[in-house]
Amino acid sequence: MATQHKRPLSPHLTIWRWGVNMTVSILHRATGTAMATAGVIGFTWWLVAAASGPDAYQRFHDCATGPIGLIVGIGLTWTFFQHMFSGIRHLVMDIGAGYELRTNKTWALMTLVGSVLATIIVWATILL
Amino acid sequence: MGTGTGLGRVRGLGSAKSGAHHWWLQRVTAAANILLLVWFVTSLFRLPVLDHDTVVKWIQSPLVAVPLLLLICNVFWHFRLGLQVFIEDYVHEEGSRVAALLLLNFYTVGSAALAAFAVLKIAFTGAHL
Repeated sequence: MATQHKRPLSPHLTIWRWGVNMTVSILHRATGTAMATAGVIGFTWWLVAAASGPDAYQRFHDCATGPIGLIVGIGLTWTFFQHMFSGIRHLVMDIGAGYELRTNKTWALMTLVGSVLATIIVWATILL
Repeated sequence: MGTGTGLGRVRGLGSAKSGAHHWWLQRVTAAANILLLVWFVTSLFRLPVLDHDTVVKWIQSPLVAVPLLLLICNVFWHFRLGLQVFIEDYVHEEGSRVAALLLLNFYTVGSAALAAFAVLKIAFTGAHL
């Protein structure tokens, strides 16, 4: 069954020159993984705390509004927007659009600009 | 299963045995994620404060509890599919890969059950916590 054939390998990370499309692609996985772990644990904790009563909720609230909570919160906000914008880019590419080099690069860059802007707007609204 | 021709391999779904369905579900849940999470984030923003009383009263409403349950199903399904690909791509050793995928399933089902139960408890028992 599992006969080992020597198959040709594609060039790996160390060989490619860094580009914005590549960065956005890697970030898509990284942000997805971050939300699936830190985001999901935080979200579940929030709901379970709310269902457990005021004391449990207060403990969550204190942690979420503390310095660590703030850093994680800002991080997850950027992560959320980056993953969403780059996810939308992927959906567009799935229909076969946006493969022209310049267009592809522009949209990859737009997801980065968009996610940073959206994060700044959200946290400016919360903190100011 | 065919071992020779290209068509035979396609019908046998190639070396991975499956894939198109996984790929498609990832897209379906992605599209639903956009709707559900934009709703979720804007709703949280529209709440005056996020203290216990406000949040519990908010979740009690059927028009919040139901979308929240859908969000839990959809988001958790999406992240399970995503992490599965992540594990399959980066964990090369067979035993570790199977163990990681097993843990992923436990993690997904466990956290989804906790989150869903919390919403249902708030929705059904109201303010009497």
